[in-house]
Amino acid sequence: MSIDQETVKRIAFLSRLSVDEDKIEATQDEFNKIMSWIENLNEIDTDHVEPLISVNDIQIKLRKDNVTDGNYREKILQNAPAAEYDYFAVPKVME
Amino acid sequence: MTDITKLTIHETLDELKKKNFSVTELTKAYLKNIDQAERYNAYITVCAERALEQAKTADQNYAKGTPRPLEGIPLGIKDLFCTKDIRTTAASHMLGNFVPPYESTVTEKLLNDGAVFLGKLNLDEFAMGGSNETSAFGPVVNPWSKDVDLVPGGSSGGSAAAVAAHLCAGATGTDTGGSIREPAAFCGCSGIKPTYGRCSRYGIIAFASSLDQAGPIAQDVTDCALLLESMSGYDAKDSTSYPTDVPNFVRFLHEDIKGLVVGMPKEYRPEGLNPEVAAYWDKTAEMLRARGAIVKEISLPHTQYALATYYVLAPAEASSNLARYDGIRYGYRASGDCHLDELYIKTRTQGFGAEVKRRIMIGTYVLSAGYYDAYYLKAQKMRRLIHDDFMKAFEQCDVILTPTSPITAFPIGDKEMLKNPINMYLNDVFTVSVNLAGLPAMSLPIGLAANGLPLGMQLIGKPFDEGTILNVAAKIEEDAGFERL
Repeated sequence: MSIDQETVKRIAFLSRLSVDEDKIEATQDEFNKIMSWIENLNEIDTDHVEPLISVNDIQIKLRKDNVTDGNYREKILQNAPAAEYDYFAVPKVME
Repeated sequence: MTDITKLTIHETLDELKKKNFSVTELTKAYLKNIDQAERYNAYITVCAERALEQAKTADQNYAKGTPRPLEGIPLGIKDLFCTKDIRTTAASHMLGNFVPPYESTVTEKLLNDGAVFLGKLNLDEFAMGGSNETSAFGPVVNPWSKDVDLVPGGSSGGSAAAVAAHLCAGATGTDTGGSIREPAAFCGCSGIKPTYGRCSRYGIIAFASSLDQAGPIAQDVTDCALLLESMSGYDAKDSTSYPTDVPNFVRFLHEDIKGLVVGMPKEYRPEGLNPEVAAYWDKTAEMLRARGAIVKEISLPHTQYALATYYVLAPAEASSNLARYDGIRYGYRASGDCHLDELYIKTRTQGFGAEVKRRIMIGTYVLSAGYYDAYYLKAQKMRRLIHDDFMKAFEQCDVILTPTSPITAFPIGDKEMLKNPINMYLNDVFTVSVNLAGLPAMSLPIGLAANGLPLGMQLIGKPFDEGTILNVAAKIEEDAGFERL
């Protein structure tokens, strides 16, 4: 399965990344190298294999829905690139 | 008096108890080493003032006769662990100014046990890399370098280099596909990645959450046991943390290995395996046999598919984990007036380095509509087969012995490695399977190759059986007599 330039652009957008026009071909080439290497996996028949999602065999515990953390808005906003009126600030999203 | 920074952690603890020097003296000696070793670029942030304050408290505790288990031990922390009020960058421009308002569980445990933090150690950006060359803060230089600057391995390259060059007594690392073991091997250090779930992941900047584990890198096996014990334990803040007791790991080191069955997987000896690596592997098996262990060949039939499986699953998880870096709540934000989507794209394109972007895109691709089953689901099924290989092998043996890496440290900017990303990925061939199976594994130095650079051996254990690994490693360490820098 070969990846075309349109796919590279689409994946870049889905990733919210941009690839310079002059680097598209190189990225495509790299992608194809990696994906054809990965396609070696098709040598093995896995039709009747259960996927392994977590190596942990424990049932994830449920805890009480209590507040255990929080109430330090100021500390959190200290790392915000832009904050106004005690909120994260973003560019205008509606005209 | 001998250089106190060359002592191991267990030796240092003995000396401190005997009051042969103070923690303040010790901390100053390490800070001086750091100052004089800037060319290794091992640290991203040095916390001299804070370290000296912690040293003062530690000295008081020794004076009172109430030292904690790691009282006054100066450590370096991989800059992937969030440290409260200390900049934590993940070696990325994206988090260049990020100051966490909280402490990771693992570092909190070390602090509670009395450790002194000297600073934050360099790594591959977001722990993605095997050579420490992807760091936004520049590459780390392997202290074993002679005429040419060599890589320290990665991603915990700063950790291994700092331990090897005595810029800290021990360090934390993280390991997603070999990121503790490979740099430990390249720098002649010992490092252990415990069983998935042994150490809490809370506060460790996530790369691939189903594979990531924290662990120590140190000068010897005993130090690894001491640090691992402090770092381990159930934590309600990490839902994958395992509710089991933490054993006294040091106690395992003195057990006899007579009758212990050591497996050597035949698939780890592919045609063309570096003969020096193969010879050291056989020599190590011989050492264990001489101590009464039973060495036998085992098979892990799906080994050759582990790398490709890993390079689907790890990027997939990374692409999801790194979606949070959008320039809104923390981290870098691109400047300029633009629409929200453009802001995301500009921020992420400028904030991430090439390898991170490559993995995000591969991960996005394998998770995208129409390809999910062919790649992601397929890889999860392969992961089951790789996992089951180990479980079957452990019906016949107690521990598995392999080399850690097929090569020694290579030059920074090596053309062959940079030509094709897959060439770099292939260095993980002996380490990634362990992460896929969630098993504990350790690397320790076995000797020098003809080029004068360290080679490592890897021990892989059953789930939560770090004790056996450490015990066998201690025996190999004694027999190998590896000379550290």
